[in-house]
Amino acid sequence: MEAAAATAVRSKTITVEVNGVEYERDVEARRLLIHFLRDDLDLTGSHIGCDTGNCGACSILYDGLVVKSCMMLAVQADGAKVETVEGLADGDELTDLQQSFTAHHALQCGYCTPGMLMSATALLREKPHPTEDEIRKAIQGNLCRCTGYVNIVEAIRAVSQ
Amino acid sequence: MLLPEVEYARPSSVQEALGLLSEYEGARPLAGGQTLVNVMKARAAAPDVLVDLQDLDELKGIDLGADGTVTLGAMVTYSDVIGSAEARARPILGEVCAQIADVQVRNRGTVGGNICSNDPTNHLPPLLVALGATMTIRAAGGERTVPAEQFFVGVYQTAAGPGELLTTISIPAGKADGFAAVTIGKDGTCIVNVAASLDGGSPCVVVGCVDAVPIVLRPGTDDEDAVRSAVRGANLQPPSDVHASADYRRHLAEVLAARAIRQAQGRRN
Repeated sequence: MEAAAATAVRSKTITVEVNGVEYERDVEARRLLIHFLRDDLDLTGSHIGCDTGNCGACSILYDGLVVKSCMMLAVQADGAKVETVEGLADGDELTDLQQSFTAHHALQCGYCTPGMLMSATALLREKPHPTEDEIRKAIQGNLCRCTGYVNIVEAIRAVSQ
Repeated sequence: MLLPEVEYARPSSVQEALGLLSEYEGARPLAGGQTLVNVMKARAAAPDVLVDLQDLDELKGIDLGADGTVTLGAMVTYSDVIGSAEARARPILGEVCAQIADVQVRNRGTVGGNICSNDPTNHLPPLLVALGATMTIRAAGGERTVPAEQFFVGVYQTAAGPGELLTTISIPAGKADGFAAVTIGKDGTCIVNVAASLDGGSPCVVVGCVDAVPIVLRPGTDDEDAVRSAVRGANLQPPSDVHASADYRRHLAEVLAARAIRQAQGRRN
């Protein structure tokens, strides 16, 4: 392993834990993490909105921190723990946050929702009772073109009281 | 979007990273990737080899010296700075890091990446110049230190050359600092930014986004009129683009310099 690290390679076998399941795959060095999740692991919940790091639809939790998976290489994730939107619900049992999104009509087309849920999940884990300003700051990197954000903020606030 | 083909290496020490960077022509360090991955998508950069610095724990420290010097490892993320009690010794550091992009980017983007990419619109180059920071650069043959004022040498270019690695950034003690920016959207890309500090002896005002490198002004006093006059006298030649004309950038430079110096004054003992 040590010897392998000292050499530059065009592709590599990586082991990544995604939603509690360990996956081992060969990936090209140029493969983005979002493509690895969607195309190699068939976890299509994380979306590609802009592909330029602006929209946040590809947001995942990476070793517990929310990041945009279009701005990372899959090979960088070797040895990491990843959580995607598919990992939130327990079977058919949605999380309180997911149910709150439904109850508050916090989505219309739903394209941004996986990223919104991951950013909000990260916020609530770190800070269970955020202020509205903190909620808005937490989803600053997630664009929504349907809701005007009001209902999203309300949905997050409702589960943090 | 697919990236161009690239090779990848993940060294486990700075020494090993330096070996890779000098062994492969066209090798480039990969820090947090929040700039580099996107410029590779846009084909604005096409390194042959990416040397991933993520395992280099020696670049991840935040230390507070007995004399108040804050030393940041190059791989420290913006979120690390914001959350660090040691970095809070120089409060402006965390405050400016909290204005960069969004939480996702702050969780991955690094201080070293920000200053080594040296995009003229970045936040940290003018700030670190104003604070009188010192950069430590390591090469296979040894180590040298460069004052921030000499570190930024051109658009996307720094004193850290091929085969070299920025390892740490040292910021002297102080707190009478200010930072002001006009951005594209809240916490977005800077149109003009200005950092100011009163702690380095004479007042230092540094204007970003108006030239290839941060423009350093020493107005002599921290009097607001003197600061405005220094900006006007600097004969700034900023670019015009879709976001702002050169004239408007010149106007912003003066206004933001006044704001930054007022913030710094408010923090003086």
